[in-house]
This record gives sequence, C-alpha cells and structure tokens, in this order.
Amino acid sequence: MKFKSTIFIGILIFIQSLTNAQTNALVERVRLKLNTVNDYTAEGVMKTDVSFIKASLGKVKVYYKKPNLIKVKKDGGISLLPKGGVSITMNSLLSTDKYIAIEAGKQLYKGKTLDVIKLVPTDDKLDWVISTLWIDPVEALVYKTFTTTKDNGSFEIEMDYGAYTSYGLPSKIVFGFNTKDYKLPNGITLEFGDEAPISKQKAMKNKKGTIEIAYSSYIINKGVSSSLF
Amino acid sequence: MWPIIQIETFKIFKRPRTYIAFGAIAALILVIQMGLKIDGESYAAFLMKDINNTLIVDGNVLNGYLVCYILLQLLLVHVPLLVALIAADMISGEANLGTLRLLLTTPYSRTQWILAKFIAASFYTILLLIWLAFLALFLSMWIFGTDDLFLMKSNYVVLIEGQDVFWRYVGAFVFASFSLLTVTALGFLMSSLANNSIGPIVATISAIVFFTILSTLNIPLFSAIKPYLFTTHMNNWKEFFDIKVTDSNEAITGSILNVAKIKNSIIVLVVHIILFVSASVWIVRKKDILS
Repeated sequence: MKFKSTIFIGILIFIQSLTNAQTNALVERVRLKLNTVNDYTAEGVMKTDVSFIKASLGKVKVYYKKPNLIKVKKDGGISLLPKGGVSITMNSLLSTDKYIAIEAGKQLYKGKTLDVIKLVPTDDKLDWVISTLWIDPVEALVYKTFTTTKDNGSFEIEMDYGAYTSYGLPSKIVFGFNTKDYKLPNGITLEFGDEAPISKQKAMKNKKGTIEIAYSSYIINKGVSSSLF
Repeated sequence: MWPIIQIETFKIFKRPRTYIAFGAIAALILVIQMGLKIDGESYAAFLMKDINNTLIVDGNVLNGYLVCYILLQLLLVHVPLLVALIAADMISGEANLGTLRLLLTTPYSRTQWILAKFIAASFYTILLLIWLAFLALFLSMWIFGTDDLFLMKSNYVVLIEGQDVFWRYVGAFVFASFSLLTVTALGFLMSSLANNSIGPIVATISAIVFFTILSTLNIPLFSAIKPYLFTTHMNNWKEFFDIKVTDSNEAITGSILNVAKIKNSIIVLVVHIILFVSASVWIVRKKDILS
C-alpha cells in the first residue's frame, strides 16, 4: 500500500513538472519573441480617460530600451501617465527570468482561448508582486495582464496586435488603473459659490482610469539614446 | 461730442491718481511672477498633490498660460476697486471743486457731458485691462514659455492644448471688459449722487464687496437673488477655460462647456451698464447745480 502511494505521488509530481515545463515553455516563447526587440521608438495617439480629467487626444512617442527603460512623451505638450504603470509593460515584465510560472487554466477572451499563467517573482528587487498573463498559445502573444506592484497598486493592461506581431509588439495598449479622489479647496482655486452638484462630485470619485495608446508605427532595433529616459 | 470726450480723457490722465492703478497692477504681477519663477515648482507640486497620487504629469505645467490664469484669478477680483478710484470721482469730483456748474453751462447738453465722462472713464478701464493683459499674459508667456494649459479646478482638471488656449484668453479679456465696465458704470452712478470725492469711491467699493460676498455664499436664502447680482457674473470669464467632452470623456478641442452661461452673464452685465448709466444721466439732468 505504501509502495503504491509512493508511486502515485511520484506520478503526480512528474505530471506537475511536465505541466510546469509546458507553462514555462509558453512564457519562454513569449520572452524569446520579446527579446528580439532591443529598443524601439513608436508613434501613436494617446487617450486619457480618468473621471476627474478632461483631456483631448494627443500624439505621443514611446521610447523603449532593454531591459526596462520606457518613456512616453507627448509631442510638445503635457502628458498624464499612470504612476508606475507604464514601466510594467510586457517587455519589462519578461526582461528577467527570475520568476515562477504557475498555470491557472484557460479562458475565452475576445474569441480566443488563452492560457492563463501567473508569474511570481523570485527576485525581491523587482517592482511587482504578482502578475497574471493571458497568452495565446498559438501565436505566443500576451493579450492581457493584471499586475500588482509593491508601491503603485494594480494595473490591468490589454493589448491588440497588428503589423508587429512577429516582435510581440501591440498595435494598441490600454492601461487600466485605480484612481484616487481629487479635490482642491475652493480657497486655492478661488471658485467660490460655484460648487458642482454632489451627484456630479460623487461620479468623479473612486473610478477606474484608463490610458489608451494606439500605435501607428514602430522603429525597432535602430538604437535609442539613453539620455531620453 | 468728440472734443468733450478728449477733454475728459485728458483730465483723467492728467491726475497722478490715475497711475496708481497701473503701478499697483504692475507691482503685483511682477512680484507674483518673480515668486513663481523662483519657487514655482513647489507651488505646482502643492497644487498637484492629489493628482500625483495617481498620475505622473510630464511637461511644463507652470508655463505662461497657467501663470496668467493664476494672476487673473487673483487680480480680476481686486481690479474693480482700482477702477472705482477713477470712475466714482468723475462727476462728484467736479461737483466738489465747483467746476460741474461751469461744465453744464457750456453749449453741450448735460446728457452729452455725462456720456462723454462715461466714455472717458471706460477708456481708462479698458486701458487698465490691456495693461493687465500685457503683463499677465504676454510677459508671463515670455518669462515662463508656453505649453498646454493644465488647469486644476476644485473637483476636476482640464488639460487644454497649447494651440487652443490663446483665443480663450482673448475671450476672457473681452468678457472681463464687460465686468469692469459694469463697475465703471456703478461708480459713475454713485458719483452722480454725491458732491464729494470720497463718498462715492467708498460706496462703490462697499457695494462690490457686499455683493461679492452675497454671490459667493452658498446659503439657499441668497440663491434666488444671486442670478441678478452683477458680482455673480463678473467671475464667469473662467467659463472660457472649461471644455466639452464626448461620451467617452475625450475633450473636444476648441469647445466651451457652457456658452449659454457666458452669453447670459454678458447680457446681465450689459443690462447693468445701461441701467447704471441711464440712471446717472437721469440724476444729473435733474440735479440742482444752483445750490
């Protein structure tokens, strides 16, 4: 009986190790694809959707350099970006191999059956605590991530792909993040006697914000100066 | 009537008192600009404390456009007091000196004299506003540069693109001219009621302070009369800096959120100007200048 139990546990460990190996293999495929990109300069249009901010669409340039340098710059204007969120892109997330990958099943997402894989970092120096990836096992593309960071809360990133699929670079990226309340005293803004209705004020609180960048072009592996970051 | 407008304008700019307002505005603006130039970053950081909890704001936030907005917020409340110094002395000053009797015995009618005096006082008011615009907007643009206007209101933030800002300032200054002309007309009315200089000036300033307090108090009892007070509408130049958004919260470049509010305020202010000036004309036409 004891012998049979030992064999059963052994088989379970073997199956688990095989599963892990497959999961790691898929993440590794994604990582290898992303690692073909040493740097890029991308142009796109950024849309900010935060309940207490009125902002128009703006043309942006996004600069990336291995391992995790990323900068979003608006063309001659003021840009608003989620605190700490922009640096948590796929390229920066998988620029290290110091994590454990745990398979968490499959999910249907935008008509595709995606593998759900959770990454837990093994390096204490990394900014993030846990990240869940929704990966297309056929194309080895990440369509969605949900990452919890040490200092800047959680971020949900959704990606669509177009012409740069072979590099694993998205054509559209949507950062989702939680916003905190915004309020400036009337004594500072000098807006006396012109209070917004309470219902309107409530609608602006505790909402989720999104920043969407639709990329029009990438210049890949042509060199990006470190002084840009 | 042109000669008497010229005479009245000459009289205004001959008085040293006229230049107090120009000097005061220049001193205030230069001091604030210097303060913001030296320590503006910490001021901006204080304003953006809540925003910085969630977002990183990248760019020249403290640019000339924002500095001008800060200056206008501070000054357009107080400039009416400087306008009152001149406007409220236009008729009563002459009555005090005894020269009003002399004026009203010339071939020009009393109505012509009053309108000429009002036009001259309005010219002074507009010139003061142009001086304010030159220092607050153009000097700030030169010192701090230009960029998008990142405007932090009490409950929300408006980010207006750089190329969409200048015309809003033009609109705001035109609107402010109606506000200040209302004060000119009020001072003029007070001036027509008295025979000394100080009384109408103090009365005009008191009326502005009194009605401003009523306009800013959020007490339901006063809400009914607020829409009819000129002080409620004087600050609506700020409406030029609020922007419409689409259903997906995307700001529409070149739009104004509440155009109707601006139009309504201009109508209320113009009605006040007409009422005050008409009342001044009526009072002076009936005025006993023989005693």
